[in-house]
Amino acid sequence: MKRALAAVLVAAAAAVALAFLVLPIAAIFLRVPPGHLLRQLSSPIVTDALIVSFKTTAIAQVLILAFGTPLAWLIASRSFRGRALAITLVELPLVLPPAVAGLGLLAAFGRFGLLSTNIAFTQTAVVFAVTFVSSPLYIRQAIAAFEAVDPNLVAASRTLGAGPGRTFFRVVLPLAWNGLAAGEALAFARGLGEFGATIMFAGSLQGVTQTLPLAIYSAFAIDFDTALAMGALLVAISAVLLLVLKLVLSWRSSRPTSSFLFARST
Amino acid sequence: MAKLSTDFELPLRSFDLTLALEVERTVALVGPSGAGKSSVLRSIAGLARPRGRIALGDEVWLDATTFRPPEERRVGLVFQEYALFPHLNVQRNVAFGGKERVGELLERFRISHLASARPGELSGGERQRVALARALARDPGVLLLDEPLAALDAHTKDTVRSELQALLAELGLPTVVVTHDYEDAAALAETVGVLVDGRLRQLGSPTELVSQPADPFVASFTGANLLRGSVQLFDDGLTRVRLESGEVVYSTDEADGEVGVVVYPWDVSIGRIHADDSAMNLIRGEVTSVSQVGNRVRVRVGPLTAEVTQASVERLGLARGGTAFASFKATGTRLVPLGARASGSDRTPPGSDGRA
Repeated sequence: MKRALAAVLVAAAAAVALAFLVLPIAAIFLRVPPGHLLRQLSSPIVTDALIVSFKTTAIAQVLILAFGTPLAWLIASRSFRGRALAITLVELPLVLPPAVAGLGLLAAFGRFGLLSTNIAFTQTAVVFAVTFVSSPLYIRQAIAAFEAVDPNLVAASRTLGAGPGRTFFRVVLPLAWNGLAAGEALAFARGLGEFGATIMFAGSLQGVTQTLPLAIYSAFAIDFDTALAMGALLVAISAVLLLVLKLVLSWRSSRPTSSFLFARST
Repeated sequence: MAKLSTDFELPLRSFDLTLALEVERTVALVGPSGAGKSSVLRSIAGLARPRGRIALGDEVWLDATTFRPPEERRVGLVFQEYALFPHLNVQRNVAFGGKERVGELLERFRISHLASARPGELSGGERQRVALARALARDPGVLLLDEPLAALDAHTKDTVRSELQALLAELGLPTVVVTHDYEDAAALAETVGVLVDGRLRQLGSPTELVSQPADPFVASFTGANLLRGSVQLFDDGLTRVRLESGEVVYSTDEADGEVGVVVYPWDVSIGRIHADDSAMNLIRGEVTSVSQVGNRVRVRVGPLTAEVTQASVERLGLARGGTAFASFKATGTRLVPLGARASGSDRTPPGSDGRA
């Protein structure tokens, strides 16, 4: 009797949790008929925001990969004083309130900031904001992925005549690939949804700095349907991203040897 | 074939590893785990950076002004767990070292049929053959083998050991083998070095290590019995030693003070009754184990291990729990001084007792 009651309670709690997570997302699609949603997507506000979002996120991801990967590799493969501090500094933007991130970017790169540049309220500022808030997700994951590569494999590659560069591209990168891809997908999703730091550092100028989340914010008071349409678009993009990531990871790990780990030699 | 010469010093966590060695053919370094054996190989391969000199012929790999990185040293290092690249198939693993001779090497190591298999699908013996082929694909001037037999099960080990013997003889490369098993070392190398706490205790042929062990550790490492005691008297070419267990034994070796009496299992005879023969030394004890090792039987009587034939075991009816006499000649003993008992000499090496 008691056990049956407990089972019911657990099931009920699980149902509530699931419903709570699903309801707002479902509501976006249920509130407005699909045909209407699709028509809204051709509005210039939406297409402008879409272009700005993708352009800035794409550039930000290139920057994150180009600069974040070497940083993650250095932190993962070297032991040096202040390594723990370096990791903490990398992770700090993750826990920072977005408004503080925006403030920090202004204080560093604003006209009267430390470096006194002209990039505030330009598209470059959007790229900076996106990069600042989303790169830690990638770098953190990349450090873990690089650390998981057996150092003996790196050593073996070196003794087989491959220099550090060739070793990195032929041994380390392929073995860390899953982790890097997962981190990059997370950073991409986070960057696409970036709001707080962008609005403070880049403003919300249609066609220039207004990304999808900013466009939703400025549209929802005036034209709720357009806001919903853009919301639906973001949900769809995120869902596809998540799905692709899961497919890629499960495909790779289902191959017989990709999860094979060597015991460490003494 | 160019000779490998090393003379270096590498600080490790609890001691400094020092090694001066000339390697022309195969040298095996044996020692307990943590003795610095793997660090020797890492230093030669360029994965660690000691102070000193390492050279292959007149090609200097390391000295005060030179440090060649691993990729610029012609070494073939076979890792203990083989370190095959899990994301590459056998063919590509071997080709990683050099593309020219891949087909020939796959053939040579009988792994052609596994060319497209991944390391995770291979048995231990197969993995080792891939690792050897990969190391040789680089056309190395030095071969380094880290515990080549440790990862294999007992059944595979015997086969692989004789294959490895044949391979090393055929290659004729300067080779350093590292192992914790004296028998493997003796089987694979003409010269064996005993490494303890980063230092070479003795370097010599397997026969020399057995017949003239430099210290108690070397003696027990090579599989000898070691009985502790103190010299009471030297008289008429015989040394009388009172053992810690109370018995008295005689040796033709001359010594003084605290000594270890070294006697090899094949020099010990066993009887059920007190026989009156030429063996001067007799120890009575309980038979604590009787175990088959190859075509011989190891019988433990009191503090001694003897090796006898199966026929003798049956004739004498030797079994655990019975009492027997172990005898050995004074000429079959060696006395080694028991010096620094606090140092590594007191450590029990693997295999000396565990097998009996």
